[in-house]
Amino acid sequence: MSQPRPKLAVWKFASCDGCQLSLLDCEDELLAVAEALDFAMFREATSADVAGPYDLSLVEGSITTEHDLARIQEVRRQSKWLVTIGACATAGGIQALRNFRDHGEFLAAVYARPDYIDSLATSTPISAHVRVDFELHGCPIDKRQLLEVISAFLNRRKPTISATSVCSECKRRGIVCVMVAHGTPCLGPVTHAGCGALCPAVNRGCYGCFGPMETPNTAALAAWWRGALGQDSRSVGRAFSTFNCAAEPFAKEAAAHDD
Amino acid sequence: MEHDGELRAMGAEALDVLIAALVARGYDVIGPTVRDGAIDLHKIHGMGDLPIGVTDEQEAGRYRLAPRADGAVFGFSNGPSSWKRHLHPPQTRLWHADLSGDRPVYVSDVEAPARPMAFLGVRGCDLAAIAILDTVLAADEHYQARRQNVAVVAINCGQAGATCFCASMGTGPAARSGFDLALTELVGDTKHEFLIETATPLGTSLLAELPTRTATDEDLARAAAILETTRTQMGRTLETAGLKEDIAAAAESPHWQEVAARCLTCGNCTMVCPTCFCTEMEDTSDLTGAHAERWRHWESCFTLDFSYAMGGSVRHSPASRYRQWLTHKLSTWEDQFGTSGCVGCGRCIAWCPVGIDITAEAKALQAEARP
Ligand code: SF4
Ligand code: SF4
Ligand code: SF4
Repeated sequence: MSQPRPKLAVWKFASCDGCQLSLLDCEDELLAVAEALDFAMFREATSADVAGPYDLSLVEGSITTEHDLARIQEVRRQSKWLVTIGACATAGGIQALRNFRDHGEFLAAVYARPDYIDSLATSTPISAHVRVDFELHGCPIDKRQLLEVISAFLNRRKPTISATSVCSECKRRGIVCVMVAHGTPCLGPVTHAGCGALCPAVNRGCYGCFGPMETPNTAALAAWWRGALGQDSRSVGRAFSTFNCAAEPFAKEAAAHDD
Repeated sequence: MEHDGELRAMGAEALDVLIAALVARGYDVIGPTVRDGAIDLHKIHGMGDLPIGVTDEQEAGRYRLAPRADGAVFGFSNGPSSWKRHLHPPQTRLWHADLSGDRPVYVSDVEAPARPMAFLGVRGCDLAAIAILDTVLAADEHYQARRQNVAVVAINCGQAGATCFCASMGTGPAARSGFDLALTELVGDTKHEFLIETATPLGTSLLAELPTRTATDEDLARAAAILETTRTQMGRTLETAGLKEDIAAAAESPHWQEVAARCLTCGNCTMVCPTCFCTEMEDTSDLTGAHAERWRHWESCFTLDFSYAMGGSVRHSPASRYRQWLTHKLSTWEDQFGTSGCVGCGRCIAWCPVGIDITAEAKALQAEARP
């Protein structure tokens, strides 16, 4: 191949690094990725930063500071394709719990010197600020799905990523439904597929890491949890108040059980 | 019961001999076994893998195992998986291609299983479901490669559940056709035996290897009584007279909205249904673009992608998706394939995570049509 390899940049905003580490976690495929793409900017892998513009930017993390508000605009300007990865970047992350409470109180409760902290009152997804070409969900993202998105980008095709329920993956795998057979509350029916039904496979209910599926009927699921599964309102509210708490359907359902 | 074939009786423990005879002929035997709190269909190696003395209690959106004192082997009703999982698997690679040379090289992945499958304990409802798949997928080479050479040991159903309604759909509880051997479990205070009937040369040759005796009139009377009891155990019914027309006429019913308020569009009903056959194609390429694959996955009419046409999904509202499903099962399937798409197995009722019941929804629509 005489053509130069497309330049990849990986950016971090407010996040835990888990999603970008999924890229390094692609052990078997990592060499192929490195052959296909030029790691121009990837601080978890190399400290040698190459200046932009970039062909593909993977953006991890949410916007929580004034500084990041400006930085994401610059990232967008430098990027031909911008893909957000993970619950923080696509929905605001667990840190968006502050959006529904008093930011100042959180700061006072957590930090010895809250006056040292300069952050916004909300944690917002990247798409609230700039145009995003593709959103890859998950907390963390699934590495096979990340490879699929990168392969699709390289081959100029649409990523094959389904927005249906976790149940569809669960049933394809032949897992016995934990909700029906064990009475365990499970968010699978309203959660975006992608993890391969990781938790039901080990007899746990789905925690909703991948955020809302395409048409999530959270109210009907919550009603079933309350009635048939005997969950109290607080447990239902808490289940919707995790990594994707600020994704609208989950935020609304949590608010309906806020007591 | 009609008995075209030879009818014999054997002790319950002879089931182990039957399984061994199938294995000796090279079959992988798939049968019911307890796993993760349910009786599901997996590869079994002997009678010890069967759910002896285990039953299930089912209701809409609920399934629990329970012990049963009589030690019955088939004393339960349908579990979450149907034989569809083995005949029309959830994911199949259809072909792969090498695109690295001057010309693409396509390689078909049509493949029979390494060892033919023997299904043990197929009930009337599921025999009907397999017959439906045989019709629908008659021209599907991947299905046919798996379906060929499948040996079927049926069971005349001795335990219906609260979600069953095969009697309404005319598919059970007796096993009518589509098997090599059919068993009836006679379980009581003193004796635990099986009546065994053969319907094919394979069945007859297997039967010859089993320690059997001639069946008596008393055995036949007991078997008939068991089927009668099963018939009365069914917790659900569906009135099929005029059903196809009533559902077709209900297209604009407000009832679809009412169901949609409860439905999660999760697709579980279609995945557990033994006749729902829809799939999607997924094409993938690797990072270099030199290798491509086409996969087929179970797909559901409850997803947006399913009805995606140029510009978006045709069935956008959840109401339209539930309507599509129920209408296809109970009405348009007949236009398309000449039978109902529902065999009354009850799986969609038990395994809907919020307990939506096809018989209750159909009844509501029928009541609107004939007030
Ligand atoms: S275990 Fe959860 S994800 Fe799996 S089918 Fe049941 S509700 Fe859906
Ligand atoms: S529609 Fe429901 S009851 Fe009818 S065959 Fe399918 S899963 Fe069984
Ligand atoms: S009827 Fe039940 S199983 Fe089917 S899509 Fe709706 S909620 Fe899911």
